Amino acid sequence: MSVVTLTVNGQDVAVPAGASLLEATRAAEANVPTLCHLEGLTPVSACRLCLVEVEGSGKLLPACSTAAAEGMVVHTHTPRLREYRRMTVELFFAEGNHICAVCVANTRCELQDMAVSVGMDHSRFPYQYPQRSVDASHPQFTLDHNRCILCTRCVRVCDEIEGAHVWDIGSRGGQCHIVAGLDEPWGQVQACTSCGKCVEVCPTGALFRNSDTTAEKQPDATLPALLRSARDQRRWHNQ
Amino acid sequence: MPVPPQLRCCDASGCRSAGGQALRSALEGARDAAGLTAEALMIKPVGCLRLCGSGPLVACDGPGPCQLFGGVAPEHAGDLIAASLASGGAALAAHRLDLEDPFFALQRPVVLEGCGQVNPESIDDAIAFGTYAQLHRVLQELSPEQVRDEVRRSGLRGRGGAGYPTGLKWDTVALQPPGPRYVVCNADEGDPGAFMDRSVLESDPHRLIEGMALAAYAVGAERGFVYVRAEYPLAIERLRLALQQARSRHLLGNHIDGTSFNLRLEVRVGAGAYVCGEETALLLSIQGQRGMPQPRPPFPAQSGLWGAPTLINNVETFTAVPAILREGGDWYAAIGTEHSKGTKVFALSGAVVNTGLVEVPMGTPLRTVVEVIGGGVPDGSPIKAVQTGGPSGGCIPAERLDTPVDYESLLELGSMMGSGGMVVMGESTSMPEVARHFMGFSVNESCGKCVPCRAGTVQLAQLLDRFVERRATPADMERLDALCRMVKVTSLCGLGQSAPNPVLSTLRWFRHEYEAACREPSGCVAAVGVER
Ligand SMILES: Cc1cc2nc3c(=O)[nH]c(=O)nc-3n(C[C@H](O)[C@H](O)[C@H](O)COP(=O)(O)O)c2cc1C
Ligand code: SF4
Ligand code: SF4
Ligand code: SF4
Ligand code: FES
Ligand code: FES
Repeated sequence: MSVVTLTVNGQDVAVPAGASLLEATRAAEANVPTLCHLEGLTPVSACRLCLVEVEGSGKLLPACSTAAAEGMVVHTHTPRLREYRRMTVELFFAEGNHICAVCVANTRCELQDMAVSVGMDHSRFPYQYPQRSVDASHPQFTLDHNRCILCTRCVRVCDEIEGAHVWDIGSRGGQCHIVAGLDEPWGQVQACTSCGKCVEVCPTGALFRNSDTTAEKQPDATLPALLRSARDQRRWHNQ
Repeated sequence: MPVPPQLRCCDASGCRSAGGQALRSALEGARDAAGLTAEALMIKPVGCLRLCGSGPLVACDGPGPCQLFGGVAPEHAGDLIAASLASGGAALAAHRLDLEDPFFALQRPVVLEGCGQVNPESIDDAIAFGTYAQLHRVLQELSPEQVRDEVRRSGLRGRGGAGYPTGLKWDTVALQPPGPRYVVCNADEGDPGAFMDRSVLESDPHRLIEGMALAAYAVGAERGFVYVRAEYPLAIERLRLALQQARSRHLLGNHIDGTSFNLRLEVRVGAGAYVCGEETALLLSIQGQRGMPQPRPPFPAQSGLWGAPTLINNVETFTAVPAILREGGDWYAAIGTEHSKGTKVFALSGAVVNTGLVEVPMGTPLRTVVEVIGGGVPDGSPIKAVQTGGPSGGCIPAERLDTPVDYESLLELGSMMGSGGMVVMGESTSMPEVARHFMGFSVNESCGKCVPCRAGTVQLAQLLDRFVERRATPADMERLDALCRMVKVTSLCGLGQSAPNPVLSTLRWFRHEYEAACREPSGCVAAVGVER
């Protein structure tokens, strides 16, 4: 196996050739935050939380979709990066309607955890309070657009792992929202197999089981990676 | 050889909207009434004659020197016919445009050579003008390497905005491992205030096709697409017609000119999303997917359409290529400045006497473009600023008008070449309002994929509202600055990365206007950095 070596926060690490910068930062235990990335799904670099500085590159690079290269010198927690990450999380909070106390994902929400880890106690940006709806048409699950951060994990898991492609994104800019089927109520989309994968990977309280009430959501974000490796190796836990 | 007299009528969208088509029918009627045949006096529809703001425009090639008339109406038809026959035209004195005027005299047409000369709907006319001659010659005489060498020597840089060296891009595509390749022309042109690409498509589509064919030959592509926005119906119609004509003459298709070179070109119509001009989004859109920018690398030159190496260039970039091959790369490189070679087409508009298309050598001082060629502000008052680069660019203040227009100088001033839109602003323009206008554009056009652009521009627009409505505080000034910098460096694609530019540039040159817009004007400067 060929290997590339690089420096992360002053520490030398070796990762297999073809690995991403994110894998390299994890090898160095640098704790780079991520929201849109999920092991087992194609990276999209949308949340911009994993941006890192690479010496010699004028730009900030997303660790999730940048390949690690021999000799790179990477910094993951410069003051500038910390400040931008906090602003990013503040922007997320200000654009949706996040009232954690009455949210199914409360205490099991990756956005909430992120706020804690970047040291955000309040948002300096005014809340937008957008008028958003809730789609409760599915017999088993609900989509609450108020909590959606458009990470597109649901879109990708449904397309890439389940193969149903129920989800997509509609509209532009601040009007962007997740759409089911041809922008239909979720419950009417015949392609949905009710497998629940989207619900498992949703980092927030946007997708949840109808049986979950406040603070009851129990997501499993490791699902795509598990399924992918089980399929690749043809080995399943129950066999 | 004496040329038979002819009337060239602008039939591009600018003059069409000013009544150009009615004028042309009136001219045909007047010619018949005068008992003249079509051979004796040609009335030729042509593309843009440049001074779009004075449309409809008609050029008379009579026995004497060429005369140009603007703002003419159907009732002037008889006089125009007379002018072309006897080089008279005294009756039209008020409509005569001075061809010695700097607006025309200082232009250097290379890309626009055939623009206003050829009938955009006739391949015979284009061929008679010399179009496709370089394709013939190159296929017989030059290897793809030689073509790329000529383009590299010309120093041509991409005219779509970023100014990436064209020869280098062509080499990158050509040198990928063997397999299929594509050429793509970016004719999306979404920048507000820009109409250069539309004018080329409407005026001389065969020249673009020749440029694309030369590029395809140089990089080894056999298939290509022109991506045009649906808001350009006339451009799409003419391009489709031109492609059909080129196919019927075996200038496209299999075994072009009897050689082993094959090329299929198709038009793809985009629904008109600004972000679809971004190359990775454009390629997804061609493939039938939602046009959202992708992280790069891989660059399209490595992995583009259906994973194959793809060459993507702007309309103006491709259109410059035939002239470069005809005259040689060194000839082109001798025009312009050290790092910005050749000519650039600008779409001049706003508070300026002469509104229209301007092609000048790179490095021409901005003042020459807006004051001499453009004629300055109509009421003679001074220019306050010039906006270049559309929503990705910024405002250049009057005291910097002596800057040469080239990629580096504009960047240094915090603006951009962009695709070439140039909007002149008079003294009454409020800079926070200009910034808010462009921010509103970015808010609406953000694809919504990444959060700094999607949510950050919304917050920026609201902050700018506070300045425009004069209810800002010193803390808003600080927030504006910080958020601009964050959105600029953390956004995924060029849209978000450049969305703060109009704000940053107006803050840089017109900061006092923002300060004056604060509720407590005097406190504004002192308190910056204190409140959070
Ligand atoms: C938001 C955005 C919009 C763009 N729009 C256009 C456009 O309308 N036309 C264009 O040629 N390039 C546009 N570009 C630049 C293209 O991505 C690309 O750089 C260009 O087409 C490459 O051609 P060139 O090398 O000939 O300039 C845009 C870029 C961004 C980020
Ligand atoms: S999704 Fe997370 S951040 Fe939003 S309200 Fe629910 S718990 Fe809070
Ligand atoms: S519904 Fe959940 S998984 Fe889907 S985009 Fe929204 S936050 Fe992400
Ligand atoms: S910067 Fe804006 S347009 Fe570009 S990917 Fe991000 S959201 Fe989309
Ligand atoms: S995890 Fe890399 S951008 Fe979201
Ligand atoms: S459109 Fe007629 S002169 Fe430009």
